[in-house]
Amino acid sequence: MNWISNYVRPKINSLFSRREVPENLWTKCPDCGQMLFHRELADALNVCPNCNSHMYISPRRRFEALFDGGLYMDVAVPEPLADPLHFRDKKRYADRLKDARRESEAPDAMLVAEGEIGRMKTVVAIQDYKFMSGSMGMYVGNAFIAAAERAVALKCPLVVFTAAGGARMQEGILSLMQMPRTTVAVQMLKEAGLPYIVVLTHATTGGVTASYAMLGDVQIAEPNALICFAGPRVIEQTIRETLPEGFQRAEYLLDHGMLDMVVDRKSLRRELGRVLHLLMKAPPMVAGDLPPPSEPALPPAEPAAEPAAAGPAAAGPAADTAAKAPDAPARAEGAEKP
Amino acid sequence: MHAYLEFEKGLAEIEGKAEELRAMARTNDGMDVEAEAKALDKKAAALLKELYGSLTPWQKCQVARHPDRPHCIDYIDALFTDYTPLAGDRNFADDHAVMGGLARLDDAPVMVIGLEKGSDTRSRLDRNFGMARPEGYRKAIRLMDLADRFGLPVITLIDTPGAYPGKGAEERGQAEAIARSTEKCLNLKVPLVSVITGEGGSGGAVAFATADRLAMLEHSVYSVISPEGCASILWKDAEKMREAAEALRLTAQDLEQLGVIDRIVKEPLGGAQRDRRATIEAVRKALPKLLDEVRELPADELIRLRRRKYLDMGSKALVA
Ligand SMILES: [Zn+2]
Repeated sequence: MNWISNYVRPKINSLFSRREVPENLWTKCPDCGQMLFHRELADALNVCPNCNSHMYISPRRRFEALFDGGLYMDVAVPEPLADPLHFRDKKRYADRLKDARRESEAPDAMLVAEGEIGRMKTVVAIQDYKFMSGSMGMYVGNAFIAAAERAVALKCPLVVFTAAGGARMQEGILSLMQMPRTTVAVQMLKEAGLPYIVVLTHATTGGVTASYAMLGDVQIAEPNALICFAGPRVIEQTIRETLPEGFQRAEYLLDHGMLDMVVDRKSLRRELGRVLHLLMKAPPMVAGDLPPPSEPALPPAEPAAEPAAAGPAAAGPAADTAAKAPDAPARAEGAEKP
Repeated sequence: MHAYLEFEKGLAEIEGKAEELRAMARTNDGMDVEAEAKALDKKAAALLKELYGSLTPWQKCQVARHPDRPHCIDYIDALFTDYTPLAGDRNFADDHAVMGGLARLDDAPVMVIGLEKGSDTRSRLDRNFGMARPEGYRKAIRLMDLADRFGLPVITLIDTPGAYPGKGAEERGQAEAIARSTEKCLNLKVPLVSVITGEGGSGGAVAFATADRLAMLEHSVYSVISPEGCASILWKDAEKMREAAEALRLTAQDLEQLGVIDRIVKEPLGGAQRDRRATIEAVRKALPKLLDEVRELPADELIRLRRRKYLDMGSKALVA
């Protein structure tokens, strides 16, 4: 599968996309050890029903859960120069990147999409911790800038979900330069008077935390997410003492004044929607899940006849991507019901 | 006494021998060693030239960290008049890793802000080895704000291993403070000129170095992570710092090629630590030139160009 052809132009993701059956039907909760049936876990947006552990969730699943009717369009991201440093550690960076792309079927560690949240047009950028630890390199920088530019063009808010092990070392100084680059993008939004909302997810560290992840108009985090500049191990090595329980976790940051709120994943759509509608001076968001918007910019997709086939016919070039979006709107619905 | 670096061992031997000969001659009347000592001097000079003409990236890291290099405090002392230190972030503390205040550069009032590592045990502890805490970045923001309001150009001098990785620093929002400082750099309505004089350590440096014009001393380094840190993560072996330093492309020469910096300030032969005065003079010559390139620009144009500069970064690759 060639991801380039999937990502070069915006496309539509269907609500009735193929449901993938995971290899393991049971997942063990990393926190409480409970065995969780995959469908039950997916219905709960990968949150353990037993202990509320917020596990990894893919960007595409998040998009589906967030946007009205699970419908959204990808925002195109300009490809940066490939490996400008010709970096090589034990392995060539070019090869590592190729492997990561093949494994995740995504171009890099941030995806950008536009859709509606409670009928409010919104651009959402999601960082993927599974792609090289979500590390911020030139592609992520480009994605963030593309997201901000798209939001400015649409005069709509930008929501970013952050997750990163830090800067992508293999891009050397150019990864570091994404700190000022993304900050310029945040300034574009601020100058356009548009809301910029940050949702910090597990784990957000290093240069990402020290740039766009801390510059939101409203700062939200998922429960127990690790959020820091220097990681706990580095600090323990420096100060040679054990750190307190919960140090650098979302609730700890909330206590220390670094966040506005810690929100469960299942309530995120509602909370985000309310904040966005308030900041955009729009009437209160309609409660509950909404069907996909019917405006011409987002033509309704047809149900996929065969799950394994290329996906919804109406989606055209989006077919592959649509097929990749693993879950149906039932997820978003489930998330919305209190 | 000169502090030699590991790769200068051969040089230390030759220079030590010459020194010894001359010391012997001083205590033994009639002993003539000058010819022999001069020959050693010549040999040392040749070796110095050879070493410093082809420093590896890891050697440059060592030179950049040399304790005898001029520090922020020395530059402020020598290059500015009427220096009036300002202190505190008006919120929690005064971070001694960050120094700064009002001053004159060639008679014109400016705001100078810099990271100071300290030069002996006491001052190093006091300066926290040049590793700022959130208060340091917030102090810098405050001084930049002040400069902005009074139309004073800002000059930043950078020499830091990075932001301090400590418990209190994290609790008080290290990441947020760095992000805001970078944001302030990008928002300034006055010119911002920066010089990396030693180590430009990661985000802790970006917060000061996001400038209209950024210069680096010839053997200084600017990197996303220390070679040791990079080696232990990517090579799983901290001893691979030579390879990491090579791969990271952290030298002034590579960074100029990548379009990340605007100018390289030449150091005296043998590095800044061998001739502090000449180094400071080189910076004295470079600073006004850098400032002149942007001094006359109207505020909106200055901001537009600064942002463009950073948005465009990454469009130049190194030659393979
Ligand atoms: Zn659990």
